[in-house]
Amino acid sequence: MTVEVILPKVDMDMSTGVISQWHVKDGDTVKKGQPIFDIETDKAAMEIEAPGDGTIKLADLGGAKDIAIGTVVAVIYGPGEIVKAVGASAVPASAAAATPVARQPAAPIPPPAAPRQGTTDEGIRATPLARRQARQAGLQLGNIIGSGPNGRIVAADVQSSRAAAVKAPSPANETVADAGTRAQFEAGSFTEIPFDGMRRTIAQRLTLSKQTVPHFYLSATCTIDILMAIRQRLNGHAPLNPDKSPAWKLSINDFIIKAMALALQQVPAANVTFADNAILQHHRSDIGVAVAVEGGLFTPVVRAAESKTLSTISREMKELAARARARKLQPAEYQGGCAAISNLGMFGVEQFSAIINPPQATILAVGAAVERFVPVNGQPVLATQVTLTLSCDHRAVDGAVGAALLQSIKRLIEDPALMLA
Amino acid sequence: MSVRELSFAQAIQEALAQAMEVDPRVFLMGEDIGVYGGAFQVTGDLVHRFGEDRVMDTPISELGGAGVAVGAAIAGSRPVYEFQFSDFSTLAMEQIVNQAAKMRYMLGGKVSVPIVFRMPCGSGTGAAAQHSQSLEAWFGHVPGLKVVEPSTPEDAKGLILAAIDDPDPVLVFEHKLLYKIKGNVPEIMYRTPIGKAVVRRNGKDATVVASAIMVHKALEAAEALAKEGIDIEVIDLRSIRPIDGATIIESVKKTTRLACIYEGVKTLGIGAEISAMIAESEAFDYLDAPIMRLGGAETPIPYSPILEKVAVPQVDGITDALRNLVKGGF
Repeated sequence: MTVEVILPKVDMDMSTGVISQWHVKDGDTVKKGQPIFDIETDKAAMEIEAPGDGTIKLADLGGAKDIAIGTVVAVIYGPGEIVKAVGASAVPASAAAATPVARQPAAPIPPPAAPRQGTTDEGIRATPLARRQARQAGLQLGNIIGSGPNGRIVAADVQSSRAAAVKAPSPANETVADAGTRAQFEAGSFTEIPFDGMRRTIAQRLTLSKQTVPHFYLSATCTIDILMAIRQRLNGHAPLNPDKSPAWKLSINDFIIKAMALALQQVPAANVTFADNAILQHHRSDIGVAVAVEGGLFTPVVRAAESKTLSTISREMKELAARARARKLQPAEYQGGCAAISNLGMFGVEQFSAIINPPQATILAVGAAVERFVPVNGQPVLATQVTLTLSCDHRAVDGAVGAALLQSIKRLIEDPALMLA
Repeated sequence: MSVRELSFAQAIQEALAQAMEVDPRVFLMGEDIGVYGGAFQVTGDLVHRFGEDRVMDTPISELGGAGVAVGAAIAGSRPVYEFQFSDFSTLAMEQIVNQAAKMRYMLGGKVSVPIVFRMPCGSGTGAAAQHSQSLEAWFGHVPGLKVVEPSTPEDAKGLILAAIDDPDPVLVFEHKLLYKIKGNVPEIMYRTPIGKAVVRRNGKDATVVASAIMVHKALEAAEALAKEGIDIEVIDLRSIRPIDGATIIESVKKTTRLACIYEGVKTLGIGAEISAMIAESEAFDYLDAPIMRLGGAETPIPYSPILEKVAVPQVDGITDALRNLVKGGF
């Protein structure tokens, strides 16, 4: 039986994907479950497995890079089956404009192409009415998915896009800013680095957050001498792996993840998400942790961190960070999350404020551990301190609730024995 | 004022009779329009009412007949010349295009040519390639001529009377399949203005511009589509030259889609002109789909009745095309 291999939707936000690598050649014999290609989306790269056994025939995608979800990229056929060239049903997004489609009343309307990520409106199929409406609404045609023949953008597409833009004005802003920005610099005095999917997503999501989420910020300085001592003790007692490496090496951040997770359980009113018509109060503490990678960042999530031991949290974080840097995270590993932590202490930053990563309602910005003299009974005593700054979404977390959360975190960090309770 | 139901042919005959009654300058010329009553029985018994001097049978020479009529018009008469089939007007092109159309311009307005040419046209009668053409666009291309194409008995009478009144040559295209259709016609003498289109059906999803028999086909398609929730506006062009651009532009601005449906050959036809006019107009920025033309096939009209039907737009094809236009398949 012939099985079609379609470009799957592996990420909530994706409308197109890039096949970064094929693991098989045209005509190869494949087995069900065998990795056949790598797909790269805005955020992730992942392996796609063969959906059946047989001989694989790759579709002619005309060299298209961004391929619409649902496009047939190959077929797998069994012995004795004859397969014609594949590709007629495929509508690669970037080639859609150039693909003539037979204009017959009975012909099925081709699947909607994905928006072309262009910065100009040139070469995009759109009706005059759609163009005029987009112009008036300040929308870039490149960000609109056309529902007409050959992906033509019609007025209805602009209207639905405009409705969406009211909720999320980011893509238009991002490119509108672009044209004027470039003109302010002398030609040749800069190198242009085109947006990749990650840069675009970061720009969109954080613009959305800063523009639509009312942030407020709370800071507290924590003395972590006890934490440092416990950490040293725990690391010193780590059992050895077969290769003689220690089974764990806890970082300050691992303690902070655990502290925040427990604090969210203690202050459930802060463990929330602002949804369209309700507050979602989460039962678990899923903590996103910002991981800087080449060209951007990911925020993989440690699920139910309140119930995990420090060594488990530490091990999970190391693994997630490594896969984030290799861009191999699965979408399920970075989506959702109740709260987040961003730590720039390793750069010597003492204090900063972070932008909330929706749908989370809080993010904790962690500064560097610094030694300071603090007054104890009127005498200067040397103490190691970190400054924590909690950003809160005021729609869901009020000042007092945010303060209670930060107080809880501070208490747990300053006296980690409380985390055992 | 009384209104009766008349056929399209009867409405024309009534217009001719009323014009002859009130104006002694009006007379009719044409082949077999006398005792035979006209190839399509439009003139009927007018020869008995007005005599052979005013309902004048001509020899089979279109060039000669048209030349006499043009001369009479220049001399002050109001002739109505019937071509038995409008196809035969090709024999009289010199008189229509070079003489009638140019005279007023070339003589500085001192002379006008108030002549009416009646042009039975169109396919559907099994009369084959030399008796079935729709040549209205040809004449619409000539400055100095006016070209009208009624779709209802009421407009047939009103446009014939307006054409007789007009100081310039007017060609009245009469689709042969319309002669038998019936409709309400006022008894009084009235004129349907030349150069004014009329909206036959209000709609919001697409504008159809049609003329003559295509108005009826478009209305039938529109009714079928109304059951699917598609709301078509149908404009009856009525005049090919001058074209009522304002009515079409306003309609397209409202509906955002345009289809031109005409029986004449699609290429370089009426729809080409209307499409271009809309593309050049303020309505361009209101278009939410490409402009669609449905016209006659690029072929002489076939004799085979089956092929004859295929050669011009029919209701089913129009319905499908309009659905496609509105639903985004075009």
